[in-house]
Amino acid sequence: MSDAPNDAPNDALSDLGAHIEAKRPDCVLAWDVTRGELNINVAPANIVGFVEFLKADPTCRFSTMIDITAVDYPERPKRFEMVYHFLSMYQNHRIRLRMGIREDDMVASITDIHPSANWFEREVFDMFGILFSGHPDLRRLLTDYGFRGHPLRRDFPTTGYTEVRYDEVEKRVVYEPVSLVQEYRQFDFMSPWEGAEYILPGDEKKTGEDA
Amino acid sequence: MKDEGQRGDTLTGEQKIRNFNINFGPQHPAAHGVLRMVLELDGEIVERADPHIGLLHRGTEKLMESRTYLQNLPYFDRLDYVGTMNQEHAWCLVIEKLTGVEIPRRASLIRVLYSEIGRILNHLLNVTTQAMDVGALTPPVWGFEEREKLMIFYERASGARLHAAYFRPGGVHQDLPPALIDDIEEWAKGFPAFLDDIDTLLTENRIFKQRNVDIGIVDEKTVLDYAFSGVMARSAGMAWDLRRAQPYECYDEFDFQIPIGKNGDCYDRYLMRMEEMRQSTSIMLQAITKLRAPEGQGDILARGKLTPPKRGDMKTNMESLIHHFKLYTEGFHVPAGEIYAAVEAPKGEFGVYLVSDGSNKPYRAKIRAPGFAHLQAMDHMAVGHQLADVAAIIGSMDVVFGEIDR
Repeated sequence: MSDAPNDAPNDALSDLGAHIEAKRPDCVLAWDVTRGELNINVAPANIVGFVEFLKADPTCRFSTMIDITAVDYPERPKRFEMVYHFLSMYQNHRIRLRMGIREDDMVASITDIHPSANWFEREVFDMFGILFSGHPDLRRLLTDYGFRGHPLRRDFPTTGYTEVRYDEVEKRVVYEPVSLVQEYRQFDFMSPWEGAEYILPGDEKKTGEDA
Repeated sequence: MKDEGQRGDTLTGEQKIRNFNINFGPQHPAAHGVLRMVLELDGEIVERADPHIGLLHRGTEKLMESRTYLQNLPYFDRLDYVGTMNQEHAWCLVIEKLTGVEIPRRASLIRVLYSEIGRILNHLLNVTTQAMDVGALTPPVWGFEEREKLMIFYERASGARLHAAYFRPGGVHQDLPPALIDDIEEWAKGFPAFLDDIDTLLTENRIFKQRNVDIGIVDEKTVLDYAFSGVMARSAGMAWDLRRAQPYECYDEFDFQIPIGKNGDCYDRYLMRMEEMRQSTSIMLQAITKLRAPEGQGDILARGKLTPPKRGDMKTNMESLIHHFKLYTEGFHVPAGEIYAAVEAPKGEFGVYLVSDGSNKPYRAKIRAPGFAHLQAMDHMAVGHQLADVAAIIGSMDVVFGEIDR
């Protein structure tokens, strides 16, 4: 499938990207307009000042924080990519900020500029274990009280580690290690003709002889 | 310790009263689901509100990473389970944007028609249960009867009353029979009269006004600080509607008004929702007219890799049969990249951020639910109000925990 209709040059967004880069060259590592969306790669050290600039600058006026999330790439040295979405209701445009961080990096919280970032950062902390400096109340948000681990990391199993049930003897809900009657089914849809990265069942012997 | 004892003598009985912490929920009927809120009260005045969410967390985003794009669609019904098709819409749009698929006009019109039905379903539930939260029993009974009729329209199109899975990447699952379109038209013509009935029950109702007017006022700064969208943002007088500001589907062809609030209180939001239902009814009627026009005829799926082949083709054409099999086992592949798409869901901006690695499953999908941002402002909005107003504020925020907890 071709990306041609999506990649048509969007002048307004390109102008905006150039404007932001010209105003804050220290913050912008790179920027591009892909599929009609403006992406900016930001240096982690400057995120707070940059977000403040985006909110205050009359050309940008990104006054609404839409979303904060992270993406886990375990194979990269900078394991997590923080992704911020902002919207300007005044100028009617959107922006996406991307920021690569290492597993042990702290990220500066933007709650002072956008109070709405509070829960979004708590969620990222809960789901990925990324710590935010300067956050007023960095507790877990969505998971259970006393939950351990960070579910949206790629190395966290979908089934989790514990399960709960009501115990008739103890008259309370008890936590137990998860026990599955059947293994969690992760289907492999990749066609063996298109280069499977493993040895197909039954092919072990042949590969052994070749080697 | 000694000092305190001495000072204690000088305090009057009233001054000795300490602040009081109560748990609102998680099984409170006015919490609209499973919300546990720790309220710190000074007498009857709320000093601090700390919502504890996540009691309905099902790990949707984690589950989505191990399922194909099509298998993930029904999860969106289960987010905001009140107006379900609006969520599916966001998921379909995000896939169509990334793959560059244009959907046929008829499918687009059907999507608009059913999105507006979803909006009415949502607002009917919200307006009437908010009335219940502040003491009225009749409105929900009346409202649920109308919702029942709308859910039958859902059922006649998709086979399911709530969890429809009707919008599909590339169009909609099946075409609407002409009889269904006639019935929807008949319903839409009678619906404004029903709204007038609700109007007579609530709009000038003394108790309803006493409980809602000047309660939970939001201004422009609150809207921006707390990332409000939808009715919450418009109640502060900001005419922001994604259907108008960043048109998706074919909303730019439709003629509709966007009601905005003057005072930003709970009563304004009630009035706006009533007016939005009237506007949605008008959009539905326009969509029906367009569906009947010659340009509105045709296929309802963009036939290609994203969608199944026609039944007749499958019986005569081997390639079609293989395509059908591959589509429903392996699923379609989406080019690598990242994309964000949002719709004006009944509650506000519902968006999906999708990161694809080129395979048949999303690498990461983030669901941006409007209620999440709205509920977050609870502390800001409830402080200084009476305990009983908390129920009115939650009601007018229009929270549903399926989408907040995900």
